[in-house]
Amino acid sequence: MSESLTGTIMPHAPGFIAGDRPRIVTSRFEYEDSYTLERYLATDGYSGLRACLTRAAADVHNEVKTATVLGRGGAGFPAGVKWGLTPQGKFPRYLVVNGDESEPGTYKDRLLMERDPHQLIEGCLIACYAAGLSQCFLYIRGEMALAQERVATALNDAYAAGYVGTNILGSNFSVDIVLHWGAGAYVVGEETALIESLEGNRGMPRLKPPFFPAAIGLYGQPTIVNNVETLANLPWLLVNGAAAYTAIGTESSPGTRMVAVSGHVRRPGVYEIVNGTTTFRDLVYGNEFCGGIRNGNELKAFVPGGGSAPWFLPDQLDLPFEGKLVGAAGSMLGSGAIMVMDDTTDIPAAALTLTRFYAHESCGKCTPCREGGTWLERILSRIVAGNGTDADLDQLLEVGESICPGSFPHAASERLGLTAVPFPYKMTTICFVGPSAFAPIHSALTLFRDEFIAKIVKRTLIPVTAAPIAAASAAGGGQ
Amino acid sequence: MTLSDTATESAAESPADDAPPPDPNAVSVTLNGTTIIARKGELVIAAAERHGEYIPRFCYHDRMNPVGMCRMCLVEVDSGRGPQITVSCMVTVAPDMKIDTESATVKRMQEGVLELLLANHPLDCPVCDKGGECPLQDQTLAYGPGESRFVEEKRHYEKPVPISDLVFLDRERCILCDRCTRFADEVAGDAMIQFTSRGNNTQIATFPNEPFSSYFSGNTVQICPVGALTAQPYRFKARPWDLEQTESTCTTCAVGCRTVVQSSRNELLRYQGVDSDPVNWGWLCDRGRFNFEAINSDSRLAEPLVRTADGLVPTSWNAALSAAATLITDALAAGGAERIGVLGGARGTNEDAFAWARLAHDVIGSPNVYAQLGDGLPAGVLGLNRATIDDVASATTIVLLAPDLKEELPVLYLRVRDAVQNKRSKVIEFTPKPGGLTGQAWRSFGYEPGTQVGTVQQALADPVIAAQLAKGTVAIVAGRANLAETTAATVQALQALLAALPDAKVLPAFRRGNVVGALQLGMRPRPGGLDSRSTLMAAADGKIECLILVGCDPLADFPDTDLARRALAGARRIVAVDTFLTESSKHAHVVLAAAAYGEKSGTTTNLEGRVTTVSQQVTPHGTSRPDWMIATALSKLLGSDLGFTSVGEVTSAAARTVATYAGITTEALAQSPDGIVAEVPAGIDPINAVSSAVGRNSYDFRLVASRKLYDQAVGTAMSPSLAHLAVAATAHVHPLDIERAGVHVGSDVKLSSPKGSIIIRVEADETVVRGTVWVPFNQAGANVGELIDCTAVVTDLRIENL
Repeated sequence: MSESLTGTIMPHAPGFIAGDRPRIVTSRFEYEDSYTLERYLATDGYSGLRACLTRAAADVHNEVKTATVLGRGGAGFPAGVKWGLTPQGKFPRYLVVNGDESEPGTYKDRLLMERDPHQLIEGCLIACYAAGLSQCFLYIRGEMALAQERVATALNDAYAAGYVGTNILGSNFSVDIVLHWGAGAYVVGEETALIESLEGNRGMPRLKPPFFPAAIGLYGQPTIVNNVETLANLPWLLVNGAAAYTAIGTESSPGTRMVAVSGHVRRPGVYEIVNGTTTFRDLVYGNEFCGGIRNGNELKAFVPGGGSAPWFLPDQLDLPFEGKLVGAAGSMLGSGAIMVMDDTTDIPAAALTLTRFYAHESCGKCTPCREGGTWLERILSRIVAGNGTDADLDQLLEVGESICPGSFPHAASERLGLTAVPFPYKMTTICFVGPSAFAPIHSALTLFRDEFIAKIVKRTLIPVTAAPIAAASAAGGGQ
Repeated sequence: MTLSDTATESAAESPADDAPPPDPNAVSVTLNGTTIIARKGELVIAAAERHGEYIPRFCYHDRMNPVGMCRMCLVEVDSGRGPQITVSCMVTVAPDMKIDTESATVKRMQEGVLELLLANHPLDCPVCDKGGECPLQDQTLAYGPGESRFVEEKRHYEKPVPISDLVFLDRERCILCDRCTRFADEVAGDAMIQFTSRGNNTQIATFPNEPFSSYFSGNTVQICPVGALTAQPYRFKARPWDLEQTESTCTTCAVGCRTVVQSSRNELLRYQGVDSDPVNWGWLCDRGRFNFEAINSDSRLAEPLVRTADGLVPTSWNAALSAAATLITDALAAGGAERIGVLGGARGTNEDAFAWARLAHDVIGSPNVYAQLGDGLPAGVLGLNRATIDDVASATTIVLLAPDLKEELPVLYLRVRDAVQNKRSKVIEFTPKPGGLTGQAWRSFGYEPGTQVGTVQQALADPVIAAQLAKGTVAIVAGRANLAETTAATVQALQALLAALPDAKVLPAFRRGNVVGALQLGMRPRPGGLDSRSTLMAAADGKIECLILVGCDPLADFPDTDLARRALAGARRIVAVDTFLTESSKHAHVVLAAAAYGEKSGTTTNLEGRVTTVSQQVTPHGTSRPDWMIATALSKLLGSDLGFTSVGEVTSAAARTVATYAGITTEALAQSPDGIVAEVPAGIDPINAVSSAVGRNSYDFRLVASRKLYDQAVGTAMSPSLAHLAVAATAHVHPLDIERAGVHVGSDVKLSSPKGSIIIRVEADETVVRGTVWVPFNQAGANVGELIDCTAVVTDLRIENL
């Protein structure tokens, strides 16, 4: 660690904009040296761990449960409850940190790892202590070189300073953290595929049940898989207490959450927003956030929870970041990625971009995803290229129904007179990659069908001539 | 009083009208509105099938772990939270579960999955080997959408590509069900085929320059639910609807796998494994699966031969049989029955062995009869507390004092491997040449030949091992691991094990097809008679007036080649019964052409003592006849007609006269396709031996000779698909010993034993025990048999540069 403490406060980190809001996980982002142990210690670092070590594990676990720290990976399951799902008395049990952030539009965990790796490490230690986990595996996405470097350096420093390893801070609590880099597969962000990958196998999801990680996870042992942001909340929580945590946000969605906004807004970036109360309108149009649509254009649609989420229309702008409300409105908050499309957007092309990604990232395990995803992509490519037919539009939905039987969630639209179909959908695949290939197509086709119709081939019927056949033959030249 | 006695008594005391206690393993679930009783832990797909509701599937296979890959078996399951879509192959039954396999949603999902599976499938069914027996075809017919809306261009791959010498892969047909890859990894332990790429480009592939050279590769062809994997010996040979078939038992080795023998136009074309729960679980080894090619070989003996001035010439059966009878009569006249030796009988059916035992003992009167050829253990091992394969595969501890099971008894290897993989058993291995199961063993002791007694005793003295052995049941697999030593040390080691583990059961790892049946049915010496070694020694000394070889090739199979050669030269008269004119039968005065496997019916006995049926599927080659028929014909000419007119009569006679086969009749076998285990023969021969092995001179190496799966045996050598899989003999030496001996890897050296010397190439092999040299037996090139003296306790060698 050669850099000394500079104390310089950066106006804002790349892609991150601070504001005058409660900051739980991004409090150090403005320091140029935010990723160093020195800065971390100088800003209350590892005091959550110290606080935790003076308390009984069950007590710490309870604190987290009381705070209702929702999982930030996508499903939004409370971390404290998740920790309690491991079977009694079965050891060793592991913590696996899902740092394979790869949902299209999502780049919040990358910043957390790049800019505050010690906060994540401290979060891991607290989780291991509270849930009685024997070892921690930190899986970082293969493409995130800087995050890998920063976390590795931080971990070395933390080991050297006695925060990780045997008898942490002189206590009888010992835990090792193992780093693992992914090799570049979207599906490995799915927890069971991540476990397969960690075991050295091909990254393919396992079926739950029976392979619920909490029961049968890494190496067949009970395993807790937590998202980076979820764990990054813990140091603050342990220092400030559950009451302070739940004082922010709403009862069912307490605390803050990080959202990554991309697309046609004036100021895309990652923001730490108050959970449960901030609305999409606040985020997209608020001056302390994205500042409105670029060039003063109109909002056409937005994806509220990562590339796999059904799309929202301006009709849904006033929804707050509250999982239940968003679900009822026909989509999900997912991994906290908002992709904004203005009125210049070519909707079928935008849907194709997303579908192509999911078709390409299918692991190949489940037939509907492997075959259906690519089929969807090819039909849609044809349409976007101007070679589609009327039948292709229904065909898209038919193929999609083979992946997601039954009605698929979508947003309400006043313009179209549509009422919302709530989340979730049914699916014939193990994981969400297959449905994700269909979700953008379904949203686009349901909400903007006219744009598809505009692209398909128009066949004009050649009118039958009224001229008598004999006359036509005569005109033909008397062959 | 045992526990079961107590249970019976208390049951008797309770009132008779009491309802039986609820079965703790019964789980009541609703299947399509009907209540069924499933078993605890049973998968939904299996429970439904057991109750007559077949759920379509591609990836699920009941002998492998489910993966839920193909999504064909999706059903709706209501566990109290409303109907949920789930694959029935990975969900176990739970009380009060409601399973719907016929709902509109299920039907829609099945159509969807099939449409998607067919989207990229080439539909080249008219030229596909699988067409007509294809699960994809069948299930499309039963559950498919009936039309295809896929108008895009299909996936294209080079087709087919060979992934091994035996198996071709057509990736266009592949539906990526993970069956072959799971089999290779989970069952065979040869994870040489894998998925590569992902998504729509996912494909099966081998690693670069590493073919799928598994001994079990043929099983992947059998379990492939489409025509993606095809086997070289069957490709384009027949359409399934042209095949006629019969259920039988493979007699290539002594495991006795159940098979289906299929033919078309009176030619054997394919064997398929049958799932026999106590034996092979549906698997076959490639040698057993593909060696029907040898039976179809043009080199087969089509008619009997007699020696004239012009050598062996074809003749009629009448002439050949009377020539053979004359030879035997002359021999009786010249030296009496004691001077006649009968060797063999292990390659035929029980009926063949029984008829020949009757002929040899009762008609000719010779006590010198033996089915083993100096490459097994004393027949007395059969009289020990015999283990079944299931006993072994469920034992807490499996002790291997045996040859490499992967090479000699491949499907037994699969069963033992499964027991280890599924954590039922721990293996303690004693071996002179670490092999297929060494990596699976909990403890593996590589010993130098002659030192096995000490090695076993040392292991038994280890408290950790003793604790493991005391933990539960113990099964010992005992066989001949080294042909270059006598059986004394192994027998003594077995005795040491049994002394320490009196309750242990023993599975004899005898190798040759029906050797156990032949021994149990009488192909062994009567008191005062000679075993094969003594018979050959007597022949070499000119004391055998007539040597009768019943499907037996001492020059290829007897470890001591020199003795075999001298015996064939020294025997005054030789009668051979064989399917091919082998090196040994070329010495005969009369060669009687024998019908081969698939050409005759009867029964066979595997190493457990399990008797199963062997069925005729094609007519015998040329005028060849089953061995039992030849024995009967000879008996008549020798004046004491055995009187058998059909194979059934032989089976019945054996059931009547051989105590251990009592009740094993054709009718009883028809009722039990998995066979009937013949009782352990009482006091067959005591096993007793004391090894007199002495320490090795430090300049010398000790020879280990054992068989590989593919060698020069006729079944392999005469099967074109298999013949080239046999490796040439090389001397395997530990790399450090190569240095010590001052020789070079890849160079030819001279191996000399007191018996003889051979020139052979040296190969470095880290698995070889230090101080030993391992040479595969009966391979092309240098013949290790030249070094072996069958009377020497061990064989010590010198390695010298040329």
